[in-house]
Amino acid sequence: MTDISKSFPGVKALDGVDFKLRKGEIHALMGENGAGKSTLIKVITGVYEKDAGIITLQGEPIHFKAPEEAQNKGIGTVYQEIMLCPNLTVAENMYIGRRCGALVNWKQMNADAVQLLGSLGIPASPTQELSSCSLAVQQMIAIARAVDMDCKILILDEPTSSLDEDEVQKLFALMRELKERGVGIIFITHFLEQVYEISDRITVLRNGKLVGEYETSSLSQFDLIAKMLGNELEDITKLKKHEPVATDSTVPVFECIGLSSAKGVKPFNFSIQKGEVNGFAGLLGSGRSESARAIFAADKVTGGEVKMKGKQVRIKTPLHAIQHGIGYLPEDRKDDGIIADLSVRDNIVLTLQVLKGFFKPFSMKQAQAFAEEYIEKLNIKTPTPNTPIRSLSGGNQQKVILARWLLTHPEYLILDEPTRGIDVGTKVEIQKLVIKLAAEGMSLTFISSEIDEMLRTCSRLIVMKDREIIGELKGSELTENEVMRVIAQGGKTVCAN
Amino acid sequence: MRKLIKNFSHLFLPLSVMTLLIIINLIKGADYFRITMVNGAFYGNIPNILFGASELVILSIGMTLVTAASRGQDISIGESATITSAVFVMYVLQAGEVTLLTIVVGFLLSCVAGLALGAFNGTLVSIFKVQPMVASLILFTGGRSIAFMIDGKLSPILANDISNKIGTVIPGFPIQTPIILTAVFIALVAVVFKTTTLRLYVESVGINPNAARLNGINPKKVIFVTFLIMGFCSAVAGFIAVNKAGRHDSVNLLKLIMMDAILAVAIGGNSLGGGKFSITGSIIGAYTIEMLNRTLLRLEIEPAMIKVFKAIFIIILMVVASPVVRVHIKKTMDKVRAWRTPASQAKGGAPLYATNEPAGRAGKKEE
Repeated sequence: MTDISKSFPGVKALDGVDFKLRKGEIHALMGENGAGKSTLIKVITGVYEKDAGIITLQGEPIHFKAPEEAQNKGIGTVYQEIMLCPNLTVAENMYIGRRCGALVNWKQMNADAVQLLGSLGIPASPTQELSSCSLAVQQMIAIARAVDMDCKILILDEPTSSLDEDEVQKLFALMRELKERGVGIIFITHFLEQVYEISDRITVLRNGKLVGEYETSSLSQFDLIAKMLGNELEDITKLKKHEPVATDSTVPVFECIGLSSAKGVKPFNFSIQKGEVNGFAGLLGSGRSESARAIFAADKVTGGEVKMKGKQVRIKTPLHAIQHGIGYLPEDRKDDGIIADLSVRDNIVLTLQVLKGFFKPFSMKQAQAFAEEYIEKLNIKTPTPNTPIRSLSGGNQQKVILARWLLTHPEYLILDEPTRGIDVGTKVEIQKLVIKLAAEGMSLTFISSEIDEMLRTCSRLIVMKDREIIGELKGSELTENEVMRVIAQGGKTVCAN
Repeated sequence: MRKLIKNFSHLFLPLSVMTLLIIINLIKGADYFRITMVNGAFYGNIPNILFGASELVILSIGMTLVTAASRGQDISIGESATITSAVFVMYVLQAGEVTLLTIVVGFLLSCVAGLALGAFNGTLVSIFKVQPMVASLILFTGGRSIAFMIDGKLSPILANDISNKIGTVIPGFPIQTPIILTAVFIALVAVVFKTTTLRLYVESVGINPNAARLNGINPKKVIFVTFLIMGFCSAVAGFIAVNKAGRHDSVNLLKLIMMDAILAVAIGGNSLGGGKFSITGSIIGAYTIEMLNRTLLRLEIEPAMIKVFKAIFIIILMVVASPVVRVHIKKTMDKVRAWRTPASQAKGGAPLYATNEPAGRAGKKEE
């Protein structure tokens, strides 16, 4: 691809980008959100038509007008979210829409599937239902489907974001196998380690422009980040966490005793001081999010006492929690966070409006003023406050949800995976913001699967395992090794219970 | 001006349909807009449409809200209106002398009945999570029998002076009373939207109930309230319909009107899958349907064939309004706009004029 440009109304998403994929290589496409990765992919796969530039496939110029054309030319794409039908069998998913005619030769199809799955080393049987496979296997089946379309180029857009370490390794094995067969793979991810583990070359984009193409072995991680961020890098190293001034004698802003929820969180005790940032650490499924949801009463609370500033309060619904000054940024932005069709403005004002009351609507002017204030404060990139939030990038959507909570001026804000699936630049911005807010006196709980983010921001880590608090780390104990050790040993001398 | 056009872009479909119908009518006869005075009241095509669409307009407002919040439709509205008007008729008939107070009390009683019916549907949908169409199927099936049981006989007649005035005109005032009542109702709805956050709540719940709940909105409550409003709309529509007819026909009163109400919501540019909504669109949609009915009559199409033509018209309309065609239109519009910006302003001017149409304002201008 040479000199590709693509503009949208008001934005130039790609500006003269060159991109070259060689046969049998794994090529990582890196950049922040909004750097133009997705746009580039969509141009390659024919979702968007390019405005200018030339695309050649094996020396032959091509111009895709529809995704089907790209598929027929052997360009397969597997997206972050698995686009298969969970209620069909593995074989059906692999061949759906591709075997012509109404009649299906089931035997033949299943036999083909066995062969393909076997050759790729995918541990699945063609007749089992897709939903009974693990996420990684589902992801692999999506790849198998793409591969069987006689594919020359395979595009993997964030394939690892919902996989655990083991599953990632299985996926990588499959990618290496395909590489051996001469398939060119474009790999997009936010996980830098994975890039170094698997890729041969890296192309970096920033703000729709090409930064450069590098051999992975000759580019250090630090340089890569520097190239992706431009000048934002030094900020992250300068981050200094805020230590709460509070001593043990002060009354905690929030305290719960024996809180449990219908989602299976075992009764736990927890408290947070004014200006403190703490975090729930633990593996996936350890109950981090469930505990946060129990505090906010997002799941049905089944027992326990809650005190705000020493006074016992009743929090049975999210509304009660909001009224008592608790905010909760949910883990699942798409399902629990954004109201997709509503404007950025409405999404920002929503919670404050609910707090103010049904019979006291904000005037358009006031809502607009709030929206503009926070769009500027958090540097949200949106054409206008009136734009539907769905058309924003993930990082900007997350900032809108943050703005929504900051507007209510909560005393205690829970951020559940605020940095998941968003670009490095915004991640840094959010971490900086957390520290700034704490310095201003807000108490925050910061939950993240990336432990180093929590180590950077939190002054106290609550370690969880099997839906139970098994330990607490403070001060010098705050290291990744210590967290791992506590989880592995299933407890520390100081047990929270 | 530009901003105005942007704000009304979602009304493009209903307004263009209306414009098209007006053009057809003008071709048929240039006297389409002529208004005459008969017995001190305005008569003519436009007043007839405003008069005829009163119930539909009111019902489609309720339908819009139910659709937006619950992502489904209430198909029992005609039956609800029949029950509420049965309550009204029963009360009026058992009163010896009919005074204004009798009518008002009767109306309020019918509103209570309407709210009760709304609460019934709302409970099924919001608490028991029954699909709206299935939930309202119960009243749809049994409603007319219930109405018949309430008023106790076939077609009791409302032979009193006040009912007559409500159904037609008040002497000395040239606009038919149902038109005025509809205008008042629309104004009331506008006030509700101005003074509450109903729109934000309903849209949030319709788009993403999970997120709405986590931001302190109770989706069950919101859906329940939209059904209550629907019940109130049914009561008002039933009140107008029964006074217009002068008798209570349990079998035929507002029969199958839910189809037109749902259509009005769709013509108004609203998604039947819930979420963002436009009441103005639905109102224009309702008037458009009435205009279509009367246009077909005016074109002297055989009565037996009218439904066929209506169906054809709706097919064309739905294809034009489908997301596929819309995307194409938007692309073309963007290109045109990029070409010559001033031209698009002139283009938007024509349909904008028609926005002043609803709520009987067209009639008032003649005063």
